[in-house]
Amino acid sequence: MDFALSESQLMIRRMVSDFAGKELAPIAAELDRESRFPHAILEKMAGLDLFALPFSEDYGGTGDGYVAYVLAVEEISKACASTGITYAAHCSLGTNPVYLFGTEEQKLKWVTPCAKGEMLSAFGLTEPDAGSDAGGTKTTAVLDGDQWVINGTKCFITNATYAGMVIITAVTEPGQGTRGISSFIVPTDTPGFSVTAPYEKLGLKASDTAEIIMEDVCIPADYLLGKRGEGFKQFMQVLDGGRISIGALSVGIAQAALEAALNYARERRQFGRPLSKFQAIQFKLADMATRTELARLAVHRAAWLKDQGQTFTRESAMAKLFASETAVAAALEAIQIFGGYGYTREYPVERYLRDAKLMEIGEGTSEIQRLVIARQLGC
Amino acid sequence: MKMFVCIKYVPDTSEAEVKVNPDGVSVDSSRFSFDINDADNYAVEESVLIKEANEGDITVLSIGPKQSDVMIRMAMAKGCDRAVRIEDERIAGYDPLMVAKVLGGAVKGQEFDLVLTGCMASDDWHMTTGVALAEELGVNHVSMVKKVEILDGKKVKAYRELEGGLMEVVEVELPVVLTIQTGINEPRYAPIRGIREAQKKELKVANLDDLGIDAAEVNADASLVVLEQLYIPQVESSAEFIEGEPDVKAEKLASILVKGGLV
Repeated sequence: MDFALSESQLMIRRMVSDFAGKELAPIAAELDRESRFPHAILEKMAGLDLFALPFSEDYGGTGDGYVAYVLAVEEISKACASTGITYAAHCSLGTNPVYLFGTEEQKLKWVTPCAKGEMLSAFGLTEPDAGSDAGGTKTTAVLDGDQWVINGTKCFITNATYAGMVIITAVTEPGQGTRGISSFIVPTDTPGFSVTAPYEKLGLKASDTAEIIMEDVCIPADYLLGKRGEGFKQFMQVLDGGRISIGALSVGIAQAALEAALNYARERRQFGRPLSKFQAIQFKLADMATRTELARLAVHRAAWLKDQGQTFTRESAMAKLFASETAVAAALEAIQIFGGYGYTREYPVERYLRDAKLMEIGEGTSEIQRLVIARQLGC
Repeated sequence: MKMFVCIKYVPDTSEAEVKVNPDGVSVDSSRFSFDINDADNYAVEESVLIKEANEGDITVLSIGPKQSDVMIRMAMAKGCDRAVRIEDERIAGYDPLMVAKVLGGAVKGQEFDLVLTGCMASDDWHMTTGVALAEELGVNHVSMVKKVEILDGKKVKAYRELEGGLMEVVEVELPVVLTIQTGINEPRYAPIRGIREAQKKELKVANLDDLGIDAAEVNADASLVVLEQLYIPQVESSAEFIEGEPDVKAEKLASILVKGGLV
């Protein structure tokens, strides 16, 4: 058993940590306050090949794999979770389906610009009436000659406003439930494709989340991803990978909360000594550090299994569940340690809590993760 | 342009508490995180900028443990071509003259136009190694360099940062040692592709024998420095709080200033 990261993985983590600490952390509060999408940061990230990390060199990637990628997600998210989710949604959800299920031609055409950071991508699965219950999907795709005509609405779509390409799930075989769902590559400049104004959210305010409306959107027949009727199977796999990145995002937030609380506890003096010398505070910090470290191990192991080509459905659900609940708990404890100051916007810990909450919801709620895990146990 | 750039692996003491070991002459570094010395990071960037503008070849030199390989490879990920890491317990690393001898020994016998170092190290603040290295190599040096211009491949124009923001401009013939001041450039982040490339570049590990350096010339016996003690000064409170009504306070303050000979 070897828990050591490789030299290149250590270097990637060091570089991203350095970049995020110097370029992103100082503006994270401002991005949040102004709900401003981090265009300039994303451009710099593209220049550092960060979007290329999880993809192979054949399609514009660097071939470093998922472990290296989750290290980057954690470091980015520690500085700014809004940027973290933008990055993760692009790589794990928007680009990964084409990478996993696309033809050679589709991969060259769509994965390459996404891996180079020239195009942002998104994943359109959730609908007003179909979230975790994908069988309720109402969006339809009808083959009309040599093109598909898509109609429907998707909601809570990360990156929708700025994406050049969205993977859309739609019913192609009505009445067949989840086996009647297929997925499609939809360029966002196709006539009939529109995006509503972004949602006003509790947290992750600098990330873009909007609704997609498709009215007679016509795309070429060969923009079907994989085979007809395999959409459900595909996105279950995509979400397995996506959950690892939400786990990494959560670890980043938890680590940020821990470090903020620890620094504050060491500086703030009450009753003649630093808060960190009080056992009540020490226990909180010890629990935060322990849970964060265990969450990180779970995330790394799930990513490692994925890199090894082994199954990781159970491990990714566990990692996402534990890490997201850890992030919320760590942010809450950080606020408690900061006391009244923690409740104000002058300190970052309230942002950590607002950002962390989505981790227990997106890509399957904690309840859904428990269902996935229970199913994997054979329940 | 053939270049060497010397970098040091230093602890970040801003996060962890500094504790002196029971031996009284070393610091417990087990909880520090280490990385490249800040000024050396600017030296690496400057060497890569010079290489990009004039073509060239950069060898990284560092004395340090295996763990510093990540730092050394990071310099190669940014554009340096190869590296030599010197590891030998016999080196009296606390004495900059001994360090300069070791670095000089690694450079000697090879062609070079420029040797770049940081102007100081953030752990011991000697500000000596680069200058001593020039002496060791028998070449010119310019210290505290804030700007470099390469002239016709034979000379450099170097801008030195002096007290009060003054700039001194000197022209020196190559080869030369430049000790680089922070702020001379904006150090880049190594892109992932650079990090991959760096894995393929040569990182040679050498001890004193490999470099043909006599240990007796660079060890604790050879050093004229005797490290006697490291300690953390007592925190003393010398603040005096002046109490009373504003005019009383003003009077007390005035008398303190007069007594102290400050007005």
